[in-house]
Amino acid sequence: MNDLLPLLVAVPLLSAAALAGLGAFIPGRVTELVAVGVAAATSVLAFIVLLDARAHDLVYWFGGWQPSGGHALGIAFTVNELDAGIACLVCVLAVAALTFSIRYFDDAGHLFQVLVLVFLAGMTGFSITGDLFNLFVFFELMTVSGYALCGYRVERPSVMQGTLNFAILNTIGAFFVVMGIALLYGRTGALNLAQIGERLSHQPADATTGIAFALLCVGFLVKAGAIPFHFWLSDAYAVAAAPAGALFAGVMSDLGYHALARVYWTCFRDSVAGDAGHIRAVLLTVGVVTAVGGAVMCYLQADLKRQLAFLVVSHGGASLTMAGLLNAEGMSASTAYVISDGVLKGAVFLALGLTVAALHGSNELQLRGRGRQRRLLAVGVVLGVASVGMGALPGFGTWRAMSLSAGAARSAGLGWLPFVVAATTAVTVGTLLRSYARVFLGWGRGSDPALAGEGDDEIGGESEERSAPSRWLVLAPALLVAAGFALGLAPPLAGHAVAAGRVFVDTHAYAGQVLRGVVPPAHAVPAAHVGATAWLTSALTLALAVLTASWGLWGDRLRAARRAESRPPSATVRALHAVHSGVVSDYVVWLTGGAAALCVTLSAIAR
Amino acid sequence: MGVYPFVVAAVLFVAGLYGIATTRDLIHTAVCLTVMQSSTYVALLGVGYVRGGTAPIHQDLPHGARPVDPVVQALTLTDVVVSVVVLALILALVIQAHRRGGTADPDRLRELRG
Repeated sequence: MNDLLPLLVAVPLLSAAALAGLGAFIPGRVTELVAVGVAAATSVLAFIVLLDARAHDLVYWFGGWQPSGGHALGIAFTVNELDAGIACLVCVLAVAALTFSIRYFDDAGHLFQVLVLVFLAGMTGFSITGDLFNLFVFFELMTVSGYALCGYRVERPSVMQGTLNFAILNTIGAFFVVMGIALLYGRTGALNLAQIGERLSHQPADATTGIAFALLCVGFLVKAGAIPFHFWLSDAYAVAAAPAGALFAGVMSDLGYHALARVYWTCFRDSVAGDAGHIRAVLLTVGVVTAVGGAVMCYLQADLKRQLAFLVVSHGGASLTMAGLLNAEGMSASTAYVISDGVLKGAVFLALGLTVAALHGSNELQLRGRGRQRRLLAVGVVLGVASVGMGALPGFGTWRAMSLSAGAARSAGLGWLPFVVAATTAVTVGTLLRSYARVFLGWGRGSDPALAGEGDDEIGGESEERSAPSRWLVLAPALLVAAGFALGLAPPLAGHAVAAGRVFVDTHAYAGQVLRGVVPPAHAVPAAHVGATAWLTSALTLALAVLTASWGLWGDRLRAARRAESRPPSATVRALHAVHSGVVSDYVVWLTGGAAALCVTLSAIAR
Repeated sequence: MGVYPFVVAAVLFVAGLYGIATTRDLIHTAVCLTVMQSSTYVALLGVGYVRGGTAPIHQDLPHGARPVDPVVQALTLTDVVVSVVVLALILALVIQAHRRGGTADPDRLRELRG
């Protein structure tokens, strides 16, 4: 069934071309339905591939250019079960986004659907390709269609600003990737991931290898929105229309981390084997800083979509703390987390889009109590359940992922890590609960000087659509939440993730299969059970989240009782807001600094 | 050739970054992005260059001739195509930003912050 692999990219890409050409001649409603059908068909393909990949990785050589004598001649797609899982997430979110976009825009035109399909093709290709340059091409394909999707509402200056920041920063990130590829190709003469890994393992690691790894890291971390490369993300996601934003927040960022892990394991694992401890330290530092920084910034936002943007940053950092452990369990945990958290983030983004469109505003403080309407009941329920679900509520997929991550951290000797993730998740989920309570229940006060954009109106232009969106649209996020719950209900999924993680990190078996066609024996699927740490972190997360929300709603009342006046925000809070200046030049300076630090550190490690 | 193409690539790369970090005009930013992109072309072509090499056309190749690496040329070509798409899109965005916001100065496009 390996022949299905290219269809994952070809079906959406060719349909997009056809729709772009014919869209002007067929009614808009037909275009919308065809696009949903194409995405659904791609999802079915992705699920078939996922089922096939359970036994062992799948390899497909384009044009039948099989490797000869252990040398890759052509370009390959190679799919691990974890990659297939990510591809499924991409497809499901695309179906939800396309379904949601029916009747959502007043005059979307057929090009929105076309762009989503191209974006879908780029993301599936990015998650299943086995060739480094191909990875760059898909990186660009999804990024460029991402710019266009993000800037779809051209009439708002804020949308243009967010999209420009997105475009400029990500383009620079792509340059870092190309530079890394050039160095690696110069060193190994290969572009196939498995081939690069084999050639690098035969030569001692040196500063060039370290710099190549660092450049690739920077490129993928820019895409993923790790601190200090995250600045574009909060601007872009805040202005993206809900269907596009659901795809960005749900999966695009996390693809950066997944690509980083793939490149590390397939290419660099052997050559830097002696320094894995140092690389782990670097990745975990970036992950923890991102998780903490994203959570703090999330708490300090008044705009609902900006809160979610920083939540994406923070949760991405959490997934990096799992993948950065550089062991099989960590990889399983990270991917399980990305998938189960991704559907919920997508659901929240869609539900927020409905809220913003119905209430004509996206500012938590200004919308206080305005969500208490019968027509918003379903949206509110979906938002609330999805928010709590992200806090690793027992039963949800996120909870299973947290339990896997606890095991991974313990086997790496870092048992404290899950508690850090629990704390940062508590802050992000607590912020969502705070805004939920304020908007839908009318709790708390209508002002808070610590929050950014306190007096701003809605920035994304969501509320400018003339007609109110159909009330049936809430079904799309509701189904995503149901999917997030189903992921946790099926215990075998966790076991499969563990087995797939073992295959993912077995670099030699991967190289043998890709380059010599040796299919390794299937790994046994272990029974995954939820340990005590997972129950503890879950309880801790939810309790802390409620505390965070309460502090956000009524904290200043407590302070006022003690000091008799509410204070202006502290210097640290003001500095954090000032750093996120919205000016692309500043962001590039941060990116340069972060990139220089990573290059120096990693080349010193590899020396 | 040795190290020189990579020195040139590094200079172009850093010059582009410096330009983007200090510019007051988004059109200039787009130009600086092109400069950075050129550094990737130089680096890629430098990787595949062979001193005294011939064009990588294998038909009627004289005996003993060493063609340069054709793979990097294909990569560079792909890179050029990608850069044209990105540049066109960014310029279109700048024009829209100027039309709607009345400025192409990134410091004055300040609706998003904090």
